Amino acid sequence: MTQLILEQALNGLQFGLMLFLLAAGLTLVFGIMDCINLAHGSLYMVGAYFVAAAAQAADSFWIGLAVGVAGAALLGLLLELSLFRRLYRRDHLAQVLATFALILIANETVRMIWGAQPVMLNAPDALAGPLEIAGFSYPAYRLVIIAFGLAVAGLLYLLVARSRVGMWVRAGAANREMTEALGIDVQRLFTAVFVFGAALCALAGGLLGPLLAVQVGMGESVLILAFVVIIIGGIGSVRGALVGSLIVGTADTLGRALLPTLLRATLPADTASMLGPALASILIYLLMAAILFFRPQGLFPARA
Amino acid sequence: MLRHVAAFTAALLLASSLQAADRIKVGLLSTLSGAGAGLGVDIRDGFNLAVKQLNGQLGGLPAEVIIADDQQSPDVARQMADKFLKKDKVDFMTGIVFSNIMLAVGPTVFENQTFYISANAGPSQYAGEQCNPYFFNVAWQNDNLHEAVGKYVQDKGFRKLVIVTPNYPGGKDAVAGFRRYYKGMVAEEIYTRLGQLDYAAELAQVRAIKPDALFFFLPGGMGINFVKQFVATGLSRDTQLFAPGFSADEDVIKAVGPAMMGMFNSSHWAHDMDNPENRRFVADFQKEYGRLPSLYASQGYDAARLMDAAVRDVQGKVEDKAALRKALEAKRFKSVRGEFRFNSNHYPIQNYYLRVIGKDASGRVTNKSMGTIFTNHSDAYVGQCRMK
Repeated sequence: MTQLILEQALNGLQFGLMLFLLAAGLTLVFGIMDCINLAHGSLYMVGAYFVAAAAQAADSFWIGLAVGVAGAALLGLLLELSLFRRLYRRDHLAQVLATFALILIANETVRMIWGAQPVMLNAPDALAGPLEIAGFSYPAYRLVIIAFGLAVAGLLYLLVARSRVGMWVRAGAANREMTEALGIDVQRLFTAVFVFGAALCALAGGLLGPLLAVQVGMGESVLILAFVVIIIGGIGSVRGALVGSLIVGTADTLGRALLPTLLRATLPADTASMLGPALASILIYLLMAAILFFRPQGLFPARA
Repeated sequence: MLRHVAAFTAALLLASSLQAADRIKVGLLSTLSGAGAGLGVDIRDGFNLAVKQLNGQLGGLPAEVIIADDQQSPDVARQMADKFLKKDKVDFMTGIVFSNIMLAVGPTVFENQTFYISANAGPSQYAGEQCNPYFFNVAWQNDNLHEAVGKYVQDKGFRKLVIVTPNYPGGKDAVAGFRRYYKGMVAEEIYTRLGQLDYAAELAQVRAIKPDALFFFLPGGMGINFVKQFVATGLSRDTQLFAPGFSADEDVIKAVGPAMMGMFNSSHWAHDMDNPENRRFVADFQKEYGRLPSLYASQGYDAARLMDAAVRDVQGKVEDKAALRKALEAKRFKSVRGEFRFNSNHYPIQNYYLRVIGKDASGRVTNKSMGTIFTNHSDAYVGQCRMK
């Protein structure tokens, strides 16, 4: 029983931390630059393809991951300089239209280059099995993912809460005009944040590649969850993104693992297992609705 | 007025040219993108190979194969089928992989009196009460391969079992088929979302149950991910994996690798079957595409050859639906799986075999035939079928 609870808790943690990698970039771009970036999920997809292609060329997952993340950061830089810079001052509708167009362009481009079939990305052989500690065993690769997620969360905490750049970022999120008036080059700050967000996307895509599938359209489903996360956590808040991600990740895992078992007491197996995940996602959206109602600024608002 | 007359004449000309049947049009609608794409691609390649071997003809007439991707979505599939039936006016349709898509598309195809030759999806609905003169399945009824595994698992004496399958018509057929022959305890039936790729939560449940065998039916990318993640949890030491041939064929083996070795699975066909048709098919397929064919490819290949034989039988007069139906029912071609014939519900009566994954003589990880599980086996629904 402890094995089951601990294992499911780790599963929820692993999923939540990967959501966090996506939500952190999204919340900063949305919170600081007031820019709705629907193409955030496309950066995740393109990042995963970069990692898969580089890993195949180098015949090493880790080299592939490093090269792929760097490639996605470069792509983020180009996108920011060419497109997003022009979008910040436009209204949200223009941003939604432009970034939705980016989704379509990204999906078709990937389809043209890599084809419609999923691309294979395998975890390193050393991590293909389980890790056992005192009778408890858990897939080694998932532990690595958790380690990466925690490391990024720690790094972001230091960066945002303890460094000078982080202070600028927080200031930008709280009050953009005042920050500009204090002589901070917000333009460059924005570029840096956007590129960092793109790199985190690719990291998430590359790490999840061996567990899921590197395929066209993989970004859209996860993007919706990332938006839910930042609404729950508070737009512009990295801490909020972390808490929101863990809530959503845990709810999703519990919905798939626990609810069907509970529902089976009264319902046939197929209905119970259909209802479980549905109820879990309803739970997530209910939570979002409740937060929008009682605390419209989210759990950890960035703007005071 | 003049314009109307001209348009009318043109329409008449068009109609008369269609009746002459100077070529055979086939609408191949399959899943060619996303995690299920491997199956559709193999069906398509198998079908195309057969047409190529027949010099681009079906039944002596030039063949035109129109290919469309259903993106594993019933809505997209319905649109594509409408285009095939109304705009292209195809003589045959084939190619659908997933039963939920088959059930969504079927009614329009049958209403249009177009013959559908299924190279994969074999839903119980179309084998039983909703059986239709325009539906032929050249592969199997969905339950069949699962029944064969169920029989084997039962005979081997496994008594505590978990079943994992997607929550869709094909998945329910799988459970029904397996449990028709497996009589031991099923500790848990786990239904997952169709297209799900992360099985962490389900595998944790399996570990808590500690079954001695696990039967899973997860076609395409789902199965690839499941087996990889199953190995990663370390469950393979205590729990023996069983699957129908769908989840243990070349597409999955290629992706998962040696971790699949020793897995038993069932099929109506295997690439090492020794008959002249199969030897030619396997050799030509490898030459053409540079990989071993899967059972899906063999099914696509047989679908084309069934059409070929039937069109030849009616001497190209495919408008005579009654004659064409008789010709299809007669099945005058030699299948790569050896002998089989159609039952009264247009599903096959055939043998089912046991295969095991291991290394062949050249050191390649692949399936080996192990023996026969069922001889001349039909399906459980034929009794409910009142074929018109």
